[in-house]
Amino acid sequence: MAFEYTAFQGEKWKRDINVRDFIVSNYTPYDGDDSFLAPPTERTLALWEQVKTLMEKERQAGGVLDIDTHNISTVTAHAPGYIDPSLEQIVGLQTDAPLKRAIMPFGGIRMVRTSLQAYGREMDPEVENVFKYRKTHNDGVFDAYTDDMKKARHSGIITGLPDAYGRGRIIGDYRRIALYGIDYLIAQKKKAKEEMVFDIVDSPLIRQREEISEQIRALESIRQMAAAYGYDISGPAQDVREAIQWTYFGYLAAVKDQNGAAMSLGRVSTFLDIYAERDLKEGRYTESQIQEFVDHFVMKLRMVRFLRTPAYDELFSGDPTWVTESLGGMCTDGRHMVTKMSFRFLHTLTNLGPAPEPNLTILWSPRLPENFKRFCAKQSIATSSIQYENDELMRPSFGDDYGIACCVSAMRIGKQMQFFGARANLAKALLYALNGGRDEKSGEQIAPVTRPVTGDVLDYADVMEKFDQTCEWLSKLYINTLNIIHYMHDKYCYEKVQMALHDEEILRTSACGLAGLSVVVDSLSAIKYAKVKPIRNETGLIVDFEIEGDYPKYGNNDDRVDEIAISLVQNFMEKLCKHRTYRESIPTMSILTITSNVVYGKKTGSTPDGRKAGEPFAPGANPMHGRDSNGCIASMKSVAKLPYEFSEDGISYTFSIVPSALGKVENEKEENLVTLLDGYFTDGGHHINVNVLNREVLEDAMEHPEKYPQLTIRVSGYAVNFIKLTREQQLDVIHRTFHTRF
Amino acid sequence: MAESITGRIHSLESFGAVDGPGVRFVVFMQGCPLRCRFCHNPDTWATRDGEEISAAALVQKILGYKNFIKKGGVTLSGGEPLLQPAFAAEVLRLCRENGLHTAVDTSGCIPLKTAKPVIDAADMLLLDIKDIDTEDAKNLTGRGNEDALEILRYCEQIGRRVWIRHVLLPGYTLQAEKLERLAAFLSGFTCIEKVELLPFHKMGEYKWEELGEAYTLADTPVPTLEEVEAAREIIRRHGLSLHQ
Repeated sequence: MAFEYTAFQGEKWKRDINVRDFIVSNYTPYDGDDSFLAPPTERTLALWEQVKTLMEKERQAGGVLDIDTHNISTVTAHAPGYIDPSLEQIVGLQTDAPLKRAIMPFGGIRMVRTSLQAYGREMDPEVENVFKYRKTHNDGVFDAYTDDMKKARHSGIITGLPDAYGRGRIIGDYRRIALYGIDYLIAQKKKAKEEMVFDIVDSPLIRQREEISEQIRALESIRQMAAAYGYDISGPAQDVREAIQWTYFGYLAAVKDQNGAAMSLGRVSTFLDIYAERDLKEGRYTESQIQEFVDHFVMKLRMVRFLRTPAYDELFSGDPTWVTESLGGMCTDGRHMVTKMSFRFLHTLTNLGPAPEPNLTILWSPRLPENFKRFCAKQSIATSSIQYENDELMRPSFGDDYGIACCVSAMRIGKQMQFFGARANLAKALLYALNGGRDEKSGEQIAPVTRPVTGDVLDYADVMEKFDQTCEWLSKLYINTLNIIHYMHDKYCYEKVQMALHDEEILRTSACGLAGLSVVVDSLSAIKYAKVKPIRNETGLIVDFEIEGDYPKYGNNDDRVDEIAISLVQNFMEKLCKHRTYRESIPTMSILTITSNVVYGKKTGSTPDGRKAGEPFAPGANPMHGRDSNGCIASMKSVAKLPYEFSEDGISYTFSIVPSALGKVENEKEENLVTLLDGYFTDGGHHINVNVLNREVLEDAMEHPEKYPQLTIRVSGYAVNFIKLTREQQLDVIHRTFHTRF
Repeated sequence: MAESITGRIHSLESFGAVDGPGVRFVVFMQGCPLRCRFCHNPDTWATRDGEEISAAALVQKILGYKNFIKKGGVTLSGGEPLLQPAFAAEVLRLCRENGLHTAVDTSGCIPLKTAKPVIDAADMLLLDIKDIDTEDAKNLTGRGNEDALEILRYCEQIGRRVWIRHVLLPGYTLQAEKLERLAAFLSGFTCIEKVELLPFHKMGEYKWEELGEAYTLADTPVPTLEEVEAAREIIRRHGLSLHQ
């Protein structure tokens, strides 16, 4: 295939699909500061004003502005939608009108039904009729679930499983459309299918041939959708505006096709910068025009919406979509990958104000240019909208063209996907271990019957042995449950658009997770170093604990307890690895709760660390609220000790500090934040959310949400509009440790 | 670990961004001879409280934070660090031996001959002389300012870097005439690099209640923004640089 633009260097990417080679051969690292950035144009301000008005209407309408109940969403199901065609420089909406939500029933028709009910809408009889004949992912899963699995799900020891909705956490390489155009991508897929003929035609091969056919049709449908907007994307993009538009069409097709839990964008900015640099050099566009394209693109990303149930919102609050874009990082050749486009993306937080989406993620290395680090810190302090992840830790495993799916999950773009597995509640597992497999709240036998602990004081060795057995049972059940879920998802809700933008041979992971890390660790520490007496109810079930004496607490850089955390992570991961997984996927693990720490807490009885029944867990890998008493660096150091090699799907830490504790004046605050990030990542920390906020602001926002439409805060792994959280979650955020000094 | 001199500490703060230059590890030492009315850490007064730790063990802990504080440093605060001079000096010596910048946050209320080894061992002092008039200092803190002034003169003599910290307390130190004299006095010292004015706040009041101590400033207002700005202007006018 011939590429007209000879201005671009490199050979490999012209012979075969290889976006990374294109980037590395052509990008221009930028070491300068933020002074080149352009303010928003008149057009941008006018357009954003309209979007803000729509979002306010959405809020007033109880969170959902409108729903198209009739058209089942596909890439081409809806007529083109616009906000204001006279202003929009980048076009494309999920449905025919802004913020109107589509129904995506292939994950589960039940979820659509419940969602419609929740928002006072009727299920369309025609849609209902379709699903008399068409099975969904959710139906398939429940056909295969065992009784044990249903019980574990119901009791909440495994929660948040994608068995009723799209699993998400798959990143299509949307850049491929801009670089190659649809024709070339289809030709490559056809070639792959032709070559995929072997002597033995068994189920894996049959499945793969069917999938590639689906992918080819998906690529065709993206072309059709773009054509409806007046764009021919058969060939490569010719300038930066087209490159953004083509890339966005790919992403848009994905969010029309899938209601995935996390629909991340990948790592597009440095790719796009190559076009921008050429356009600037050749005088095609000015800096202001380029920023305008980026601002309009980001506006679209802020408007992605899915129809979800209130129960889902309770788990993952604030209507998140995880349009994660990864910025920065180092190239394996030793250059950094910061470009002017990295600045432009961060600058949207100034031009359009703070927002939770896209989920801007800095791939941090102490070797990034100082000017960029300072700019990140400046934007973090001003907007609390950015998360940071350790490029030095991830690059050895994932190379230099990986992106973050959802919050913390690294994957090679176009070459790797994961089977999202939510998380197991290890705090509950500990209570099952003490109670002989019975649920501490219902008394129901959930895990196999074992001998409960006896005696008046918990014995560390005895508890550890029992806990180990429970984890053995749990890990097996967990992996088997995921196997069913992902088998059915592939079968009934296959991500054809996103997978069309992947290689044919990819790496799959089974991404497990654990919740309640700090609760379990502190509980074990209390049992080991203090005296913990179980309190039993009349049926002999342990329902509470009495602690005598003090014990070392996780989050204070105290090895006595941090060692417990390290071995807990390692042990559970090793157990997961023992079991056979669907599609030869490799088990991984994350320590991430998102906002579900509140729901997990609600479903879990009192724990031996002194946490009372119903009280929230700490989010992700955070120490428990208020127990980290040696300042934030001690807390960071405890988290940084958790072994990434046993939790490669990510370890999330959320850090909140009041502005005055960060330093006296602005440049000092920026410098100090950079120092904190450099230190944390040098010490091996994986992820950190940075909030720079006063508690009083949050309290005021609870009472007067209308005053804070754009107040954004980072929670475990993503950012949310604070006013969209449930009241319970708002209180949880406010009660968390805010590092302060006076 | 080799035998090492021990001292008493109240607590540790691994991230101090307002106690000297850069990101600092702050050691709050136990025990203070002063009874400042505005004190927000009265729980550090009693010399017998706190935790005993050897200088070597403490510095070992601090070194664990090197990746964070190599551009900032370590600050000994309190309590009054000069009250445990041998311990403080040893901690500072070990920190400097390991390439860490050191500061002592002090009221200078200890005779110079006792305090000298600590001052010699530190890179800089954060010095609060409380009140320019010794009688008023006595009323405010229980002790006069003579020792503090002598320490300041010693810093000038050996060229030790000093940041002056000064609490603006309405009805006590927040008086234009007093501030004029303070600024005029301070401007005569070349060792003073900055002056940091700290508006009085009551965030430590609850600790007084917990300790059963009578808090005499319950009715004292916090300074207004205008009052703080006026005070800053006086400092500036005397050619001193302000911190922030």
